[in-house]
Amino acid sequence: MFAFLYNPDRFMAFSRWGAPLFGVLAVLLGAAGLWLDFAAPPDYQQGYTIHIMFIHVPASMLSLFVYLCLGVASFLGLVFRQPLAEAAARAAAPLGAGLTFLALITGSLWGKPMWGTWWVWDARLTSELVLLLFYLGYMALQAAIDDEARAARACAILALVGVVNLPIVVFSVDWWNTLHQGSTLFAKGGPAMAPVYLPPFFLMILAYTSAFGSLWLVRIRGEVWRRRASVLAVRAAR
Amino acid sequence: MLDFDAGKYGPFVWPAYAITALIFAVMIADSLLRARRWRNAAREAEKAAGKDRPS
Repeated sequence: MFAFLYNPDRFMAFSRWGAPLFGVLAVLLGAAGLWLDFAAPPDYQQGYTIHIMFIHVPASMLSLFVYLCLGVASFLGLVFRQPLAEAAARAAAPLGAGLTFLALITGSLWGKPMWGTWWVWDARLTSELVLLLFYLGYMALQAAIDDEARAARACAILALVGVVNLPIVVFSVDWWNTLHQGSTLFAKGGPAMAPVYLPPFFLMILAYTSAFGSLWLVRIRGEVWRRRASVLAVRAAR
Repeated sequence: MLDFDAGKYGPFVWPAYAITALIFAVMIADSLLRARRWRNAAREAEKAAGKDRPS
C-alpha cells in the first residue's frame, strides 16, 4: 500500500503537496480545537487548569506515536536497507524530542496546582523522561558517528531498544500506583471526562498529529536533498 | 462566548500555552530552514553536475 513511498522521487512528488496539506489541516483543526477549548466551562474539580489538558495530553500521545514511527522506520532501515526509511527515522527524532519535552513541561505546569508539586518520580513521569533520553541519545549517537551507514545502524538498534519503553509509559499508571491519574481516554466504560471536553480534545489530538505529519514530511524532504547533495559532492570530487 | 479567564491558575495555564507556541515555532522554523538549506545545496550540486533542478 505504501510501496510508492520507498521510491525517493515518488515520495518527493507526494510530499510536495502532502506537507502543506497537513500543515493547513493542522492550523484549521488547532483553531477549531482552541475555540471549543476556551468556549468550554471550567472543570468542576480542576477549574481552569483543564485548559492545560488540551495541549498536554496530545503532546504526550504524540511523543509515543512519534517514537513508534521512529521504531518502525528504524526497523525498515535496518532490515531492508531502505534509505528513505533511514531518512524518516532521522527526521522523526527531533520532532519527538520536542513533543516529549513539551509533554513534560506542560505536565509539570499542570501538576503543580493539582498535585502540589512540579515533579515526582512516579512511574509515568519517569518513563516519559526516559523516552526523552532515548530521543536525545538517538540524536547524540547520530551526531557522534561520522560514517552515515554505521550511524544509521547504531541509531536503529538504539531506537528498537527504546521501543520497549513504550508499553511501560502507556501502562505505567495501571502497573504501579502513581500520582499521575489513570487512563482518561481509554478508561473502562468510555472516556472519563465531561462530554463537553471531548470535541476540543479530539480536535487537538488531530491537530497535533497533522502538524507532526507536515513537519515530518518537510524534514524527510530535507534529508533526501541532503543525501542527494552529498552524493553529488562525492561524485564531483572523483 | 470565549472565556479567557484562567482565574488563580493563570500563572500555570498561560505559561503552558506560551511554551507550547514557542516549541512549535522552533520546530516549524528549524524544519523549514533545514529543508531550504539542503534543497539549495542539492540544487547547486545538480547545477554543477549539469542536471535538472530537484523537485
